[in-house]
Amino acid sequence: MSITPGGICKPGTTISNKTGGWRNFRPIYDYDKCTKCKLCELLCPDMSVLEREDGYYDFDYDYCKGCGLCANECPVDAIEMILEEK
Amino acid sequence: MKELLSPGHTACPACCDTMIAKFTLRALGEDCIIISPTGCLEVTTSAFPTSSWNVPWIHSLFENAGAVASGIEAALKAMNKKEDTKVVVLAGDGGTLDIGIRSISGAFERGHDIIYICIDNEAYMNTGVQRSGATPFNATTTTSPSGKVSFGNPLPKKNMPAIMNAHGAPYVATATLAYPKDFMKKVKKAGSIEGPTYIHAHAPCTTGWGFDTSKTVEIGKLAVQTALWPLYEMENGTITSVKKVKNKKPVEEYLRMQKRFKHLFTKEGGEEEIAKIQKIADENIDIFGLQ
Amino acid sequence: MAILREADKDKMTVVEGSYAVAHAVKVCRPHVISAYPITPQTHIVEELSQFIADGEIPNCAYMNVESEFSALSALVGSAATGARCYSATTSQGLALMHEVLFNFSGLRLPMVMTIVNRALSAPINIWNDQQDSISQRDTGWIQLYAEDIQEASDMIAQAYKISEDKDVLLPAMVCMDGFILSHVYEPLVLLEEDLTNEYLKPYETNYKLDPKNPLSFGAFADPSSYTEFRYLQQQAMDKAINKVEEAADEFKELYGRYYGGVIDTYMTEDADIILCAMGSIIGTLRDVVDNLRSNGKKVGLLKVRAFRPFPAEAIKQAVSNTSVIVALDKNISIGLNEGALLTELKSILYNTNLNMPVIGFSIGHGGRDIPEKTIEDIVQKAENVIKSGISHESEFVDLREDLI
Repeated sequence: MSITPGGICKPGTTISNKTGGWRNFRPIYDYDKCTKCKLCELLCPDMSVLEREDGYYDFDYDYCKGCGLCANECPVDAIEMILEEK
Repeated sequence: MKELLSPGHTACPACCDTMIAKFTLRALGEDCIIISPTGCLEVTTSAFPTSSWNVPWIHSLFENAGAVASGIEAALKAMNKKEDTKVVVLAGDGGTLDIGIRSISGAFERGHDIIYICIDNEAYMNTGVQRSGATPFNATTTTSPSGKVSFGNPLPKKNMPAIMNAHGAPYVATATLAYPKDFMKKVKKAGSIEGPTYIHAHAPCTTGWGFDTSKTVEIGKLAVQTALWPLYEMENGTITSVKKVKNKKPVEEYLRMQKRFKHLFTKEGGEEEIAKIQKIADENIDIFGLQ
Repeated sequence: MAILREADKDKMTVVEGSYAVAHAVKVCRPHVISAYPITPQTHIVEELSQFIADGEIPNCAYMNVESEFSALSALVGSAATGARCYSATTSQGLALMHEVLFNFSGLRLPMVMTIVNRALSAPINIWNDQQDSISQRDTGWIQLYAEDIQEASDMIAQAYKISEDKDVLLPAMVCMDGFILSHVYEPLVLLEEDLTNEYLKPYETNYKLDPKNPLSFGAFADPSSYTEFRYLQQQAMDKAINKVEEAADEFKELYGRYYGGVIDTYMTEDADIILCAMGSIIGTLRDVVDNLRSNGKKVGLLKVRAFRPFPAEAIKQAVSNTSVIVALDKNISIGLNEGALLTELKSILYNTNLNMPVIGFSIGHGGRDIPEKTIEDIVQKAENVIKSGISHESEFVDLREDLI
């Protein structure tokens, strides 16, 4: 990196910071239950719910902080938080 | 659809600020300029040399977001570059209704075409959860803690929507991150109205209020369902829409879930204090016609 | 050497200093002007608002803001959007802007602000001294001091040129003494619009808030990078020294008027005593120097035109052969008992082989008049220093014993 005038930063560059390492719990989908309501994708504060071609979603574990918001709000309990094990 | 707020920011898990920012950008799209004062949102999304923002964004100081937004709007208009670009402030409660009140007041009095969204997490979160003018009655903060002779913040919450309405703003609304579609609808509506518009958005903060990260939305909903956070829209001085509260819940259900109100359930005299908070909720029912 | 008197008499008109400055701003084609009233700056912003009301400044927004703090804050936004900006303030207003001054300079945004120098409260006082702008000398703003209203007006164009230069990108203060220059009527040439269109190109930058090319302004820099930001600001100030000179030289070529670059000198080549000052007092000093010279005293005048960046090399060259340097300061650092000019002159001469005595006089506080006799007495004191060394390095001048 080099200093830019006034510290101006390019857009979207925080992607270099992989916050997935923050997790204690990771979310996993039960696709049988999922109704594709899109609520998890909308709510995720870390933009870590990515739509797939088939309309279901994958979690972006590079950034997911394991907050559990998606699991708590899923109207059909299709998301479970399991302990992250290394 | 391009993601307008990138991951990799250093906000807490389930951060209310980033959720409001995300919903705002979803509602407005690429053609906007965002102004943030100093606060959690600014600090977590702009560590040199990185930025989470995929739209033009500026942070100047703590108390001047309203003034900076005014200058941007005036410059765009003067240079004939405004077109449909939305000039939007995303500011915390401290930076809006305490130290920032001069700037926002001037901006609204001059009638700039801006959208001002106050992310109200009810304390100065970025500096460690100190009391602000938006801190509700009896909440514990680090500068208004409960103690042997105190039940926490003894002062009422500053009624910022009323203040902005008194400035003659064409549109003033309350919203919450717990109902994101309602929030985004209000943001879009604010964007379609010429002149200064104000949205006061409730933002439950997991770190500052003391609850599990997964409960951010649930607690936000309880605030609405207990009538402590009325959802309404005001246009040109009158209330034009209100979200009615069906099956109103007692305030205990909301207070019980947060560490900042825990002392009301353990300290002697806590019941009377909870009754005072219930009274605030009941008065909201009357004032806003929530039932 | 200033070439002030060679201006074309046919082009001259008599106007108030504030009007001349407002006219100069108009001709420089700003996009955004923010205004908050404070004596003695008010006439400038009033004249500007009349120009706007008469449609004489196209593509320009005029904002009546709710405080000086917001006046400058709004321009942070405007400048970041790529607009040429202007404001004017003084004294309490400038003090209120203190936080934003650092912010503006740290963000490396250009603009020009006229400071109509006035004393600071308390006690409250609306008359001239230079404490207000001097107190902001660490903020990273270029500071230029005008000698008369022709210069105050011409400096606006030069200041924009310097500030917007890609190697500089620092905001600039054009300082003019309150009432003495702002409210006085003098004959001058109003800044010529056609020449200014040639001299000053429209402000352009790639670094701006633009949805077509999103950028983030105002990042936070932790200890691993903050130092380098400060270093580059200092570098920009270093480069500004040449830019001040170039701007003045180019101005002279096009308009035929010149008042010096970073400094100006008058009869310093063989002077035993060099008086050093900034602002309107220079006018008085020129007359005093002429009088004393006609009486055989070898006195010279060093006008510091750019206070930031401080023109160390130019000053050292100008004073190298003199026997005593006298700093006249319309400001003081309470606790050090020195004005800034005295302190900074001493500091640039220390660690060099120039070791002539430097003494200082704190003068004109709160608008106290400076008659020629006062200067002559000061010169007498300087002569004593040559004879018998320094007795008082820094002192208040014209103290009213009856009040203390």
